[in-house]
Amino acid sequence: MTKKRTLPTGAHFMSGDIACAEGAIAAGCRFFAGYPITPATEIAEHLSERMPEFGGIYIQMEDEIASIAAVLGASYAGLKAMTATSGPGFSLMQENIGLAVMTETPCVIVDIMRGGPSTGQPTLPGQQDVMQAKWGSHGDYGIIALAPSSVQEMFNLTIEAFNLSETYRVPTLLMGDEIVAHMWEKVVIPSASEIRIVNRKKPHVSPSEYAPFMPEDDLVPPMACFGEGYRFHATGLTHDERGYPRTQNSEVQTRLVKRLCEKINKNADKIIRVEEVMLEDADVMVVAYGIVARAALSAVRKAREAGIKAGLLRLITLWPFPEKHVAKIAGQAKAIVVPEMNCGQIVREVERAAKETPVAFLSKLGEDPHTPQEILDVIKRCS
Amino acid sequence: MVQEVVHPFAKYLRSAMMPHIWCPGCGNGIVLNCFIHALDELQKDLDKLVVVSGIGCIGRTAGYTNADSFHTTHGRAIAFATGVKLANPELEVVVISGDGDLFAIGGNHFIHAARRNIGIKVICANNFNYGMTGGQQGPTTPLEASTTTTPYGNIEHPFNLVHLAAASGATYVARWTTLHVRRLTQSIKRMLQKEGFCFIEVVSPCPEIFGRRNKMRTGLEMMEWFRRASVVENFSDPSKAEISPEKIVVGEFVNTEKVSYERLLQEKIAQINEKAMRW
Repeated sequence: MTKKRTLPTGAHFMSGDIACAEGAIAAGCRFFAGYPITPATEIAEHLSERMPEFGGIYIQMEDEIASIAAVLGASYAGLKAMTATSGPGFSLMQENIGLAVMTETPCVIVDIMRGGPSTGQPTLPGQQDVMQAKWGSHGDYGIIALAPSSVQEMFNLTIEAFNLSETYRVPTLLMGDEIVAHMWEKVVIPSASEIRIVNRKKPHVSPSEYAPFMPEDDLVPPMACFGEGYRFHATGLTHDERGYPRTQNSEVQTRLVKRLCEKINKNADKIIRVEEVMLEDADVMVVAYGIVARAALSAVRKAREAGIKAGLLRLITLWPFPEKHVAKIAGQAKAIVVPEMNCGQIVREVERAAKETPVAFLSKLGEDPHTPQEILDVIKRCS
Repeated sequence: MVQEVVHPFAKYLRSAMMPHIWCPGCGNGIVLNCFIHALDELQKDLDKLVVVSGIGCIGRTAGYTNADSFHTTHGRAIAFATGVKLANPELEVVVISGDGDLFAIGGNHFIHAARRNIGIKVICANNFNYGMTGGQQGPTTPLEASTTTTPYGNIEHPFNLVHLAAASGATYVARWTTLHVRRLTQSIKRMLQKEGFCFIEVVSPCPEIFGRRNKMRTGLEMMEWFRRASVVENFSDPSKAEISPEKIVVGEFVNTEKVSYERLLQEKIAQINEKAMRW
């Protein structure tokens, strides 16, 4: 092995975009297709340099639709594959995210959120795409989305996104924002042996017995890849376990679509990760994610100093939504505070899970995220 | 005892997918037939073949071929195939799709794959309209043709697909009609032995949807037009390769050698790692 073809194990000062790119390499990603877009471009730039050093493929496609389509092709040809974009590109990718869901294609899509709608604010942070992450493509489906709060998490959660995607054969979304992407922080990269890597499960039957969409007990079908002799078919049409189109059959449609939802929902406890800070005795629970969660943590600490029993539930997994975690604390807390850089998206899920507990929403648009003081003021009003 | 007779080409088709969805008189079966004849004559390893299609009548070809196959979203077959070919250059990646899929919604992917010279082989069945959705005007519909969305006659100029492919950088460009089965089969064979981006347009009859609105009610009448109008002009200027009621210029227009994207990429990767070794 060459010097260059090793992970940069150790402590580094790097940006979130670069940490994401290094996380992809560490996860075993060997195919990147993308299209330049602020504030995700540095991921592509870094991978254009790093991928060839690992024998991997970097290609700049003609648009984001082509990028995600090429990612799906590469994944079916056996490589771990990723693309990275921001709001406008994420919108263009939605149809083929649906194709990835329908054909159960493992892949990672990084969306570095900026202010929207439309071209919006290319250089400023936003959290306006989090509902699009869940509902962006047409039809019903389950999906996984993660929200990094730091440059370290841009590295760690990129690896986690690949592992989840390979485990559940589902496109997995890393929902970063402009700040975590462009911010420079300390990142510790472990040695390769310390990094947990998951690979898709392979068929253990002969090609003649192989049904590419026949699930196992975890509702996930083993995946053959092109060129391995299985000679299988996959389609975006409603299909049976053999992958053959069955577009006029309600039973097949029901069985397929329910499984696509349930393989995520029934495995939610294994997928979901949150960080709970000082929640044991909390009267006021702040629910936050991404860069906003860092201001929220500071606000919670300041509230504690002022004698208010505040706590933080930081959502690392956005989808499937950690509703059990919200419901558990909602039973004991007097109030819940949800700060978001949008007009109210995840707060709706929090309200649904919190039932009777009042929820205060704090919106911030167009510039820096909430200051700790702004969140603290709401905590004080609710306590 | 009755002996079961198996068609010698049965191994190339997924019998469980039959019957196919195509109308009587449709040319798609001829395209598929020529394709599998070419595979057979070249003794292609079906385990290393990937057929990718987009949406439309001919898009079902991927599913009918007994190889690894993928039926993408509308227009994205070439972009998907690009990912397949780069991820595993050992695979033979063939895109078989229609004129609307490849040149309207997917037109951008076609010109860029040709420009990059990705080593994928594209066969386009050009039936002059959107057959599956009931016969709407498309990017190859002739001027003045009647379709369900041009009831007063088409006023859009059609693409000349072989000219577009040649101008975009394809290393092999040919046009045949479904009447030219031997030449089409030879052409597919030639294409499958080349390295870079290759393109074959097959002018194909769609009597049920297109022909009957344009005074050609049967497949036979459409084939009669192809027979009457086709002129073989090999290596003529593709920009002048017209398709009109009077003349359909067919033949090979381009057959050049150019290093493929994936070969350049693999050479680059080898160079980079050789340099790294010396450090």
